[in-house]
Order: sequence, then C-alpha cells, then structure tokens
Amino acid sequence: MVENRPWANFFAHTVLIIGVALVIFPVYIALVASTQAPGELMRGTIPLLPGAHGIENYTRMWQSGVSSAGTPSAAQMLWNSFVMAMAITVGKLSISLLSAFAIVYFRFRFQMFFFWLIFVTLMLPVEVRIIPTFQVVADLKMLNSFAGLSIPLIASATATFLFRQFFMTIPEEMLEAARVDGAGPMKFFKDILLPLSVTNIAALFVIMFIYGWNQYLWPLLITTNPDYTTIVMGIQRMTSDENPQWHLVMAAVVMAALPPVLVILFMQRLFVKGLTETEK
Amino acid sequence: MASITLEGLKKTYAGNVDAVKGIDLHIADGEFVVLVGPSGCGKSTLLRMVAGLETITEGTLNIGDRVVNTLEPAERDIAMVFQNYALYPHMTVYNNLAYGLKNRGFKKDEIEKRVRIAAKMLEIEDFLERKPRKLSGGQRQRVAMGRALVREPAAFLFDEPLSNLDAKLRVQMRVQIKQLQRRLKTTSLYVTHDQLEAMTLGDRLVVLNAGQIEQVGTPMEIYARPATMFVAGFIGSPAMNMVPVEYLHARGANGLLDNLPAGTDIVGIRPDDLHLAPPEGPHLIVESTLELFEAAGAESHLYVHLADSDQPTVIRVSGQPPVAEGETLRFYVTHNALHPFNSTTGKRTGD
Repeated sequence: MVENRPWANFFAHTVLIIGVALVIFPVYIALVASTQAPGELMRGTIPLLPGAHGIENYTRMWQSGVSSAGTPSAAQMLWNSFVMAMAITVGKLSISLLSAFAIVYFRFRFQMFFFWLIFVTLMLPVEVRIIPTFQVVADLKMLNSFAGLSIPLIASATATFLFRQFFMTIPEEMLEAARVDGAGPMKFFKDILLPLSVTNIAALFVIMFIYGWNQYLWPLLITTNPDYTTIVMGIQRMTSDENPQWHLVMAAVVMAALPPVLVILFMQRLFVKGLTETEK
Repeated sequence: MASITLEGLKKTYAGNVDAVKGIDLHIADGEFVVLVGPSGCGKSTLLRMVAGLETITEGTLNIGDRVVNTLEPAERDIAMVFQNYALYPHMTVYNNLAYGLKNRGFKKDEIEKRVRIAAKMLEIEDFLERKPRKLSGGQRQRVAMGRALVREPAAFLFDEPLSNLDAKLRVQMRVQIKQLQRRLKTTSLYVTHDQLEAMTLGDRLVVLNAGQIEQVGTPMEIYARPATMFVAGFIGSPAMNMVPVEYLHARGANGLLDNLPAGTDIVGIRPDDLHLAPPEGPHLIVESTLELFEAAGAESHLYVHLADSDQPTVIRVSGQPPVAEGETLRFYVTHNALHPFNSTTGKRTGD
C-alpha cells in the first residue's frame, strides 16, 4: 500500500515492535543465562545483563558435556542431530519427489488408490504408529543406529502431496516437448522437473530439516547408547538432572538453535531467487 | 526429408467418442499441408497422432517408408512447434535449442554449429544467452521454431503456432514461416483454425469437420469450387451467402437458373460476387435493404436483408459507395458466380 498516514504508520510499527520484543525476549534471556557463573541462576532473580563466564561455559559444554546427567559433549550431540536431520530431510525429499513424479506422470492400475493411501497417512502422526514402528525397527536390529533414527521418519505424505500439486501446474506441453526432444521419463525428471522445483525443494528442505532436528520422542525411544544422543534429548536429560546446571543447559540451547537458523538463512537465497525467476 | 501417409487413421476416446473418424491423406516430400477446421474438428488430435503424442486407435501411419504407429515421438524423426511454445523456462535460449541434440548424442561442436545457423536464420542470435521469460511473444515463437529447426527433422508439425501472437506479428511470422519452408523444403503439417492463415501458407489445404475430411485441394481450388456447404461457409471471409433457389426464381430469374445442375436447391454467392453496378452479360438482380454499413478501409461490407425475406446477407465492395443505412439497394450477380449445392446432402451438385 502506498499511503501517507502518520498515525497508521506509528500504530503499525508499535504493534510490530511489541511482537518482535515478545519473541526476542526469551532468546535474549537464554543468551544472558548461558554467560553466568554456576549457581548464579538459582539465586531467585534472573540477571538481565550478560555475565563474564560465556566462553568458559560454551567451551565446557562443547568439549565435555555434563557427565553427571549422562550427556556426551555438545559437539557430539549436535553432530548426531545434524546427521539425523539431514538423513530425514534428504530422504523425505527424494522419496516424495519420486512418488509425486510417479503419481502425476505415469498411468498405472490403482493410481488414485495409491494417491489416496498416501494422502490418508497425512492424518497419522508419528506418535500414533510409534509402538509398531519400534517393534519393526527392533526386529531389524536398527536400535542405536542412524538408520533407525532416520529411516522410519522418511516417508512423507505432506511433501508428496505438495510436489504433486506443483507438478500438476506444469503445462503438459512441457512433457510433450521433452518427449519430442528425445528425453525419456527419468531424463525429463532430472533435466526439467527438478530444476523447475528448486523453490519448492528449498522451502520443504527448511521445513523438513526443522522437523528432523526437533525430533524428541522417537530418538528417546530407540537410542540408549550416549553415542547417539541428539541435542534435543541431551537438553531434556540435563534439565531432569537432580541438580540442573542451568548455565550449561542454556549454552546447549543456544547452540541447538543455531543450525536451523543457518539452514533458513542459506535456503532463503534459493527461495527469493525462485520467487523472482519463476515463469509467469 | 520424407513423405507422410495416413491410411484410415482413427482415434476413439474412452466412452466411444470418435475424435478422428478415418483419415486418408498423402503428404508428398517437401509439401506444406495445412489442416484447417473449426475448434473440436479433430485437427489437433490428428496432428498429435502424427507426432506420437496420442495413440492411434486404428489405421496406419507412415513417415518416410517406415510404419511409425507405435514409435515414440523422438523416434519418428519429427519436430513440433507448440501453441504455447513449451520452452524450458529454466534453460537459456541456447540450451533450449541444444537440448534435443544433446539427448541424441550430438558432438558439442556440431550442436554449436547447428544452433548458430538456426539462430541466424531466425534472427535470435542476440538472445541466445537469455532465458525465455525475458523474451517477447514473437521472440519466444521464433525460439520454438528454432528448436524444431536445429534438429533437421524429416517433417515439421505446427500446432497453431501463431495464435498467441498479436495480429501484426502473426502476419509477419506467417510470411517468415512460408519463406523458411520454401528454403528448407521440409515436409510440413500445419494446424490452424484461421482460414486466412491456411489459405496463404499451404501448398494444399485439408478442411476437416467433425473428425472427417470435407475437402482436400490447393487453396484456390477450394476457394473457387468448395465441395460442400461446410467448406463454402468456412473458407472465405466474410462467409459465403447461401440463398435458396426458390427465392431467386420467385424474384424473377430471367431464365438464368434453368441450367443449374440437377438437385440444386440452394446457391452460394461470395460477398464479392454481388455487384452494385450491372455487369456485362446476363445477370440476376437481387433487391435488398441495407441494415449496416461497415467501412474497412480499402473495402466496405454491406450487411443487408434480401427483400421479402429475412435472409441476412453480406456483400463486399471496394472503396466506399455512396449508400445510407435503410436504403433499398439493387445487386447484380452473374451466372458463373453461383455455387450450386443440395441442402440435404450438403454437397456441391453437378460434380
């Protein structure tokens, strides 16, 4: 809107500033808390200014973790989370791209049946099928492994559905032109569909990565070995210690929040590029 | 370079809908054939069957000396230009042209050479590094042509390639396509619903209606001797006027209608064959009331009602005659300008 109303401007900015402050404040507290000396946070009032122990707390958390709570170093836990989240993201994207490709571009028996089957699973969250899934993973001897952490979470109805909708907006002539140009189905997929889907892939990458990164219940169930502890589990474990060391917990929290932020910042360039470059 | 032969080609969709009802056609090597007809007549379906994008329900299709009924489009050695161009939006113009050659395993320098030649021919050399979305409609159209050209195929198939352009560009591109085809002498099959495009482009026209061929012939043959009332009404603009013979008899025919072929009950008269001044030799006189006068520059269209009849009729005269709407006018028609038809069969009589 191009308008010149000073009061409306003032009002809009006030609302925005209040909103931002509400969101930023807890993050600020986490940052401040992670720089305090041990015990400082148990004294009643939470300090609002950064303390002097930042480097010390982060180094300790990064290198050794909190052994009394049974957590390995943050470096190890972040790595575990990263591997799990990446495996889930890449797996989900590849499987859903391929299944959407099959549903949209191939005519086969029970096509609609399969589409609805995928669609219906949208309504079932992981928690509903967690016991049977655990049994299967245990039988396949995938407990305490990255495969066990990621494979059961890979199938994604949401992404398949979104890619299907996107593929249906691509004009049919594009496929026909590619066929006349001598591109087989997989070549069409690789040379035409994938490059056209970059924006959607970037957006889903972010969503899926955060989904994978935030997994809590599933890793908690299937890993007992601290070598596979993820950062989200680690934070939970440290807070349920009988004498939680809040300054270290907060340092872990700040570190756990960083990778999703970095993924968003990196992928953002792709969606902005995609948004400005799409054909009509 | 190849000829294309269609024998009894049929297309039936699910639910027994016959889109194409048995087409026999031979297109000679190097010929430019235009398929023309109203929308829904099956012309695009027929073209897509030749391209291999629709399956053939019945009949055989030969390109060159091969039967290609079940071959993939890429194996038929044809190139197609689509109505909406279907350029790959994420590739540069150069890569759009090169894609088909890359897939066929051409060497890099051969691809480069062919793309440069085609780009030069179509005057798109300056845009080779741009993406299609940065091009105007006319430029995109030329890129789509270029994509067909670089392949040097046995035949070009055009599916209404000019219908997304504005009127002026359409004329320009029409001339360019014609010149290009003359130069390359590649067999071409062109689909359009625009009869002017069909008349000016084709060596031969195929007029289709409801999945069947109405008439095949050179543009002038079809214009001069339409074989059916459908063709008579479809080719030529404004459309041919159809006047019942009975009416002309009742208005006094001067014996001119006596030697029409047997079975004639309706005659067609082209708008340009109705003259305001009496011609030399025997002629019919038609009286009418001028309803609407339409000046179109070098010519004028007169929309009239024939006297004592509600038959609307269009007349085309050159220049701007001094007439006023509501005036009663007299028109003169010579005998050889009458196209005799039988209204029950819809066919031309006396053939």
